[in-house]
Amino acid sequence: MIEFVMPSLGADMEDGILVEWHKKKGDAIKRGDIIADVETQKGLIEIEVFEDGVIEKLLIEPDTKVPVGTPLALINPTNKKAETIISTDAQKEASHPIAEKEITPTLNAVGVNKKIKISPLAKRVATENNINFSTLLGSGENGAITKEDVEKAIAQKQKSLANHEASGTTTEDKTKNASNSIRAAVAAAMSKSNREIPHYYLEKTIDMTKALAWMNRANKERSVKQRLLPAALLIKAVAISLREVPELNAIWDNGLQIKSDINIGFVVSLRGGGIIVPAIHAANLKTIDEIMSMLNDIIPRAKALKLRSSELSDSSITITSIGEGGADSVYGIIYPPQVAIIGFGNISEQPFAENGMLGIHPLVHVTLAADHRAIDGLTGSRFLTVLNTHLQNPESL
Amino acid sequence: MTYREALKQGIREALHADGRVFLIGEDVGRYGGAFAVSKGLLQEFGEDRIMDVPLSESGFVGAGIGAAIAGMKPIVELMTVNFSLLAMDQIVNNAATLLHMSGGQINVPVVIRIGCGIGRQLAAQHSHSWEPLFAHIPGLIVLSVGTHEDARYMLAEALKSPDPVIVFEYTSMLNSEKEIPANITQVDISKTKVRRVGKDISLITYGTGVYKCMDAANELAAMGIDVEVVDLRVLRPLDEETILASVSKTHRALIVEDAWKSVSISSEISARIMEKIFYDLDAPVLRLSGVEVPIPYPVHLEEASVPQKNDIINAVKKILNHD
Repeated sequence: MIEFVMPSLGADMEDGILVEWHKKKGDAIKRGDIIADVETQKGLIEIEVFEDGVIEKLLIEPDTKVPVGTPLALINPTNKKAETIISTDAQKEASHPIAEKEITPTLNAVGVNKKIKISPLAKRVATENNINFSTLLGSGENGAITKEDVEKAIAQKQKSLANHEASGTTTEDKTKNASNSIRAAVAAAMSKSNREIPHYYLEKTIDMTKALAWMNRANKERSVKQRLLPAALLIKAVAISLREVPELNAIWDNGLQIKSDINIGFVVSLRGGGIIVPAIHAANLKTIDEIMSMLNDIIPRAKALKLRSSELSDSSITITSIGEGGADSVYGIIYPPQVAIIGFGNISEQPFAENGMLGIHPLVHVTLAADHRAIDGLTGSRFLTVLNTHLQNPESL
Repeated sequence: MTYREALKQGIREALHADGRVFLIGEDVGRYGGAFAVSKGLLQEFGEDRIMDVPLSESGFVGAGIGAAIAGMKPIVELMTVNFSLLAMDQIVNNAATLLHMSGGQINVPVVIRIGCGIGRQLAAQHSHSWEPLFAHIPGLIVLSVGTHEDARYMLAEALKSPDPVIVFEYTSMLNSEKEIPANITQVDISKTKVRRVGKDISLITYGTGVYKCMDAANELAAMGIDVEVVDLRVLRPLDEETILASVSKTHRALIVEDAWKSVSISSEISARIMEKIFYDLDAPVLRLSGVEVPIPYPVHLEEASVPQKNDIINAVKKILNHD
């Protein structure tokens, strides 16, 4: 039996309200299905499942607020090799129908009137990693929390740390609340970054003549709806360049951990203030057209605070782009635990010397802010050089 | 090779290697040893080297201690550990203390071999696991022979010690057959030995527990549980470093012994784990020990009175919450 738990969609997310179930007992589900809507402190998120199976039981009734990690439903996996096998005791406890039991498993998990059983090792690891173990469900003997349980919580936390997120709800009040909590989330993440990460900054001016010419040619063959924007081109160029300089596609957690998947977080500004960073997964494997259509789909939903949980997870690097008519350069603040953020300023026509001749070229100021604990300036510089090379050969993107 | 044969080869080798070595004990000569360990040695080495003695443990253990002080290398055989109580005064008040009392002038390099253990239907007076009694005493080195390689090679190392060494041999294992790996020609009696490397839990044991734990570990491996088996081998002074390193790695420990649970070797190890590496523990340390009764005569009750392979398997599964 697999527990489907309240996911953590951000380091600072402590609880969420289960708003609506999209599935009921006995429904067959498969990986990626939307199972429920959850309102987090940052808005309404559609929650996906990660296993195939059948819903054995819904444990939490709609409109209930529960801490992160609380089991919401039990899923009978199609694949018997379930990751989380819960103890018989916990199962007994958790599988009591809601109606029959006044104290829900949630309250037990919080441990209002119950001592928390946690091994000394698990407690040490939890404390070192700032994990609130009172919300964890133990898999050890008699439901004791073990190191493995804590490590799972850490992995979940790291996953969600890599993303800002938010979402909105229907009424204006709720939107305002959401925007306030987004502000708070941005504040917390950026303060942590500025406090802990020794940033270094590099900048390179890149000639966009060839890239824009290629794009304009390409757009002639496309319908208005399918037309490309420079952002798609830049994202793809960054993704390809990261393949050659993988050290930037990484997280810092007591050491550099290079990520194999290139998942690019793309900063989207919200109308009411604040930012949200949906992820473009495996951007290096997508075509520019695929990236463009993803942006067309994801940006309006991000602005409406209607994102799926998977779209808010797993970014390994962030891009921030000022867009047309804005500032010429942007010096980003790294989103921890990532190690780099790439900034694109406004693309504008400027005097540019080339082969001893001065001409007017569309230029973009590309900046890189990187974590000096993890990577050095030479690596950053190499990345910008590689990026330039790719943008001078747009056909190869 | 049987455990008995391994012990005998160890004794023979020691007698050949050093003219100061001699074997002294009840029935070790003409009768060939109560458990036939020294059979044939009298004919080979003569009465000066293989000495039958009157039934007086206090007397011949004292003689061994005196010979050791005088420069000999005696191997004293106590037929079974229950008789060792009669020699306890010599062992505790003389062998273990003389170095201290003489201001470091007098070493007592005596080796006392003791047959012990449970499992041959010898009933309450002849079935004892009294390793803890001896391991309690400063000044003694206490060894437990849990494998055939130790049966074969421990004695030579014990004889090198300048201080008294108590060697526990297990009568229930005498007939068991095992190959000794050809690459092993000596053992380190100062070190506890990790007999099997694993990552999920440390089974810490000695004596008859070693092979039981190895068998249990093999069955557990088939269930996906990766067990480390730690053969203490030296019960005093404990090789704390090896024990703690293992538990620090696996984060879980089950201690297995035949001795009665209260105030035992497992009590000591459990306490040291808690004192030294509490924050590395991912589960409470558990112990499987002998049931605290006089050991019964009927075979099914005798078996039930000490930990068996299935008890070990069940306890490991319980600690790991494995179903």
